[in-house]
Amino acid sequence: MEIATVLFYVIAGITVASAAMVAFSRNIIYSAFSLLGAFAGVAGIYVFLGADFVAAVQMLLYVGGILVVILFAVMLTHRITDVQITNRAAGRIPALLLIGIFSLLVIQTIRESSWAKAKEIVYAPTAAKIGDLFLTDYLLPFELASLVLLAALIGAAVISRKELKE
Amino acid sequence: MTIGLNHYLILGAILFALGLYTVLTRRNAISILMGVELILNSANINYVAFAHFSSASIDGQIYAIFVIMLAAAEAAIGLAIILAIYQIFHTIDVEAAETLRE
Repeated sequence: MEIATVLFYVIAGITVASAAMVAFSRNIIYSAFSLLGAFAGVAGIYVFLGADFVAAVQMLLYVGGILVVILFAVMLTHRITDVQITNRAAGRIPALLLIGIFSLLVIQTIRESSWAKAKEIVYAPTAAKIGDLFLTDYLLPFELASLVLLAALIGAAVISRKELKE
Repeated sequence: MTIGLNHYLILGAILFALGLYTVLTRRNAISILMGVELILNSANINYVAFAHFSSASIDGQIYAIFVIMLAAAEAAIGLAIILAIYQIFHTIDVEAAETLRE
């Protein structure tokens, strides 16, 4: 077995194990910290796929941003010691059945489909190309994204502020 | 055996299933948000994998970056709403905060 193959399985295993911990853990603190493994593992997968810039963005935004915000919210909203009520789960059996059937169907579909194949698989730095595309073909979505972020920024500040009592 | 497109798609499917399970079973609003993040990550894996294996272009990576950006905005807004709910109901159990339903 090549070393790249072994590495892929290790990273994929870490990702899936962390995601399973998020899904099945009884303690929300464990769930939140397991997200770290899932996000970092997905960043590793991006590196395997030759997407260096996306991997860096994943680390910066997910691990550095979203995860911290989620942990912040967990700490702000919970009596952390109350494990029993912090992470209640309901309807486990139907949900397990549903995702079991779903996984079987999707994996079956993936195996049977013949996907389009690229002529050659390239590993090249992508940051410059992505920058070019953002300022040419994807200029409008790029500008819209800045508007969305501005709206999210203002919205989050407005929603989470304390109501002024008259 | 070399790692091909199918491996990445199956990894994405597993992550999606786990995220879906989290969203379906959890009654804690923050846990539901975590499940949504897992689902978005699985979609991103598929975007980048198809961009790598099925097309010579890197458009898929651009979509992945947009998804990450929207996930960040969604997390900020979602958690702000959760904090507001917590201030009013003193819990973020989604079954407790159902005043709007009546």
